[in-house]
Amino acid sequence: MQRTIKLVSSIVTVLVILGFSGLAFAQGADVQAVKTQGLASNYGLIALAAGLAIGIAALGGGIGQGRAAAAALDGIARNPGAAGPIGGRMILGLALIESLVIYALIIAFLLVGKIG
Amino acid sequence: MGEHGTWFDYLNRFEGYRSLNHWLEAHLARHWKWQMFGESGWSMAHVLVALLVVIVTAWGAMAFFKGTKSADKGIVPPRTMNLRNFFEYMAEAVYGMVEGTMGEHNAARFFPLIGALWLFILIGNLIGLIPGFISPNDTLKTNVGIALMVFLLTHIYGVKEHGLAYFKHFLGPSLPLAPLMLPIELISHIARPMSLAMRLMGNMLADHKVVLSFFVLVPVLVPLPFMLLGLLVCLIQALVFCTLTMVYISMAVEHGEH
Repeated sequence: MQRTIKLVSSIVTVLVILGFSGLAFAQGADVQAVKTQGLASNYGLIALAAGLAIGIAALGGGIGQGRAAAAALDGIARNPGAAGPIGGRMILGLALIESLVIYALIIAFLLVGKIG
Repeated sequence: MGEHGTWFDYLNRFEGYRSLNHWLEAHLARHWKWQMFGESGWSMAHVLVALLVVIVTAWGAMAFFKGTKSADKGIVPPRTMNLRNFFEYMAEAVYGMVEGTMGEHNAARFFPLIGALWLFILIGNLIGLIPGFISPNDTLKTNVGIALMVFLLTHIYGVKEHGLAYFKHFLGPSLPLAPLMLPIELISHIARPMSLAMRLMGNMLADHKVVLSFFVLVPVLVPLPFMLLGLLVCLIQALVFCTLTMVYISMAVEHGEH
């Protein structure tokens, strides 16, 4: 049963990847038209991109930081004497997770800077 | 919200400063655009604030040294929180941090570097919270400088410790895996200074913008919680930068597999 599942899932993966490569060929003509229209008419897309960038990044970051904080609080609840070191490492972990959100925020700033 | 004026703009009253500014702008300003970086304005404010940070650090260090030369050789801490006490506290805290992460033998060796980084980044971050100053860490200029220095130093310390066999670390644990491990290790090494610089810059810039946005909306009491958050973020980002530096250097210098 396990081997069948593995075989089927690997075949499906290969088919999906081949399917996506077909999509890439279809965009050739579109990209040229968009570029020649100039930047001003793309402001809508750029604004949408900026909003989506920070939105999705904040979503993932929020979930990740929530899990980290929950694990740290669990550890402190089991062992209140270790609250100092556990809290310190929690802050470090939170800052590292947050840095990924900050990368997306920088992209959002750069995109917003392109508008107007 | 773009950059705002600083106290250093009052220096523009002096003709000498204006001509110095124009001369520097003629020689050093960036006229090219690359990828996503647009046109850049020009201001000497960041350089002047960075100089101010260095002056404050040097002043604190001198206060610390004067303390060690006092009658009791600096054993008794001062009664009140003055500059010497603050720097003594920071020195001890950073030494504890370095010893905890890198082990005793390495701690004495790398403590000056980590301590200098910590003081520069912390005071640079905090000075951005004072109205009228900007943090020199909120652009890529200062941050890439520090991050590149850390990157070069990790490799220099690694080569010093292991000789040229240091570069065998890039090949991974076993030889057949080497063609796979080499690109991964190279990319992860190149990503380190970029991530260090961008993390610090993003945090400082975003925090400043948030405080500015709320200041524009309600100038009276509402920006206060965000400035408290900014205080916390300044401390945490200095801590994260120094911890990552310590981790990178200790990974380059460790003798684990020998």
